[in-house]
Amino acid sequence: MRGTRGSIASPGAETARYGGDTSTVEVRSAAGRLIILDAGSGIRALGTEADGLSQVDLLITHLHMDHIQGLPFFAPLHDPEVRVDVWGPMSDQQTLQERLNRYLSPPLFPVRVRDLPNVVFHDVAPGEFDIDGVKVLADLVSHPGATLGFRLEEEGRALTYIPDHEPALGAHDFPHSAEWTSGYELSRDCDVLIHDSQYTDDEYRERVGWGHSSYTHLLGFAHLVGAGRLVTFHHDPAHTDEMLDETHRWLEEQSRDMEIIPGMPGTTVVV
Amino acid sequence: MPQQPLEMILLRQLSSYLAIPMWMMDEMGNLIYYNESAEGLLGIEFDDAGPIRTEDLVGKWQVTELDGTPLAEVDFPVVTALSKHRPAHRAVRFQGIDGVWRAVEVTAIPIEGQGGKFHGILATFWEVES
Repeated sequence: MRGTRGSIASPGAETARYGGDTSTVEVRSAAGRLIILDAGSGIRALGTEADGLSQVDLLITHLHMDHIQGLPFFAPLHDPEVRVDVWGPMSDQQTLQERLNRYLSPPLFPVRVRDLPNVVFHDVAPGEFDIDGVKVLADLVSHPGATLGFRLEEEGRALTYIPDHEPALGAHDFPHSAEWTSGYELSRDCDVLIHDSQYTDDEYRERVGWGHSSYTHLLGFAHLVGAGRLVTFHHDPAHTDEMLDETHRWLEEQSRDMEIIPGMPGTTVVV
Repeated sequence: MPQQPLEMILLRQLSSYLAIPMWMMDEMGNLIYYNESAEGLLGIEFDDAGPIRTEDLVGKWQVTELDGTPLAEVDFPVVTALSKHRPAHRAVRFQGIDGVWRAVEVTAIPIEGQGGKFHGILATFWEVES
């Protein structure tokens, strides 16, 4: 885990353990291939450790700022010796490159996308693709704007990443109907589920439709899909370490036999 | 059952809140959802009958022109939208499972996601004076 905070970077003494950097997960395949999930502010430090790299694959779930704000500060992006493949949600109106160019262009940023030396963009439709033997399943999930979740499979093991997700929205009889629940196919029987954990139940009641999960919905979804282990992710910027510790104690009490892993920077999970 | 596409999940959510009778069919023509307002027109309740497979729909309903003359199946807006993936509208007489004939205006639209992915159709039924 390189960045586990949601919405906006939130550094400070009260968020030091659960971290202030926004969404970034570093994935290493069995063969050592580097696959990065989202380009939040957590990607910057990862880029400084990438010496000797020749290839990076970056999977972007959606283009909200907390998932792309670290992109121009990712050093390999500016290194002609490193090929960076950027995979993100397709649109019928503009290409991924054109949409990212809104951010990577003056006046918001001095460097344009076209000036990056060795970047290849892939407009991803729901479906499967392969990255060096890792099977990637992408599908739309319930969150404002076109937003993907990803399922990475290798050697019979599955990691599912859905950082921004409101599974209860639109779901009939949630969390009891797999057919009518967003994200189910992506997450079914996955070994590790990294999932949106943004709101308390009280907060959710005031923010229905904002695209995020309550803790109760998070657990309901994880049990519905049969996840092996659950990593909490996309913590609300207003939630302090103390609050999140309390939340995780509650999640563990309610989780039956499923292991709950607090999403913190530096956390490593072997799938 | 496999998961429905997100577009259909969100569409069902919207339909369930509307007072306009609505049907949702998947790309194969299976009737996967109809809202409470549509139950009166169909003569069945979703909670009792659930989804209806396309082969089981045959003979469930009769549709004619408003004056009672036969209507070719392909001219029924639901069938048009399903087969041609374009919106269609028509005023027809419709007989539900309860045997009652009603005059309705039917509008059916294809549900197409990004990249032109066809997921099915949404149809509305507006009862009018016959």
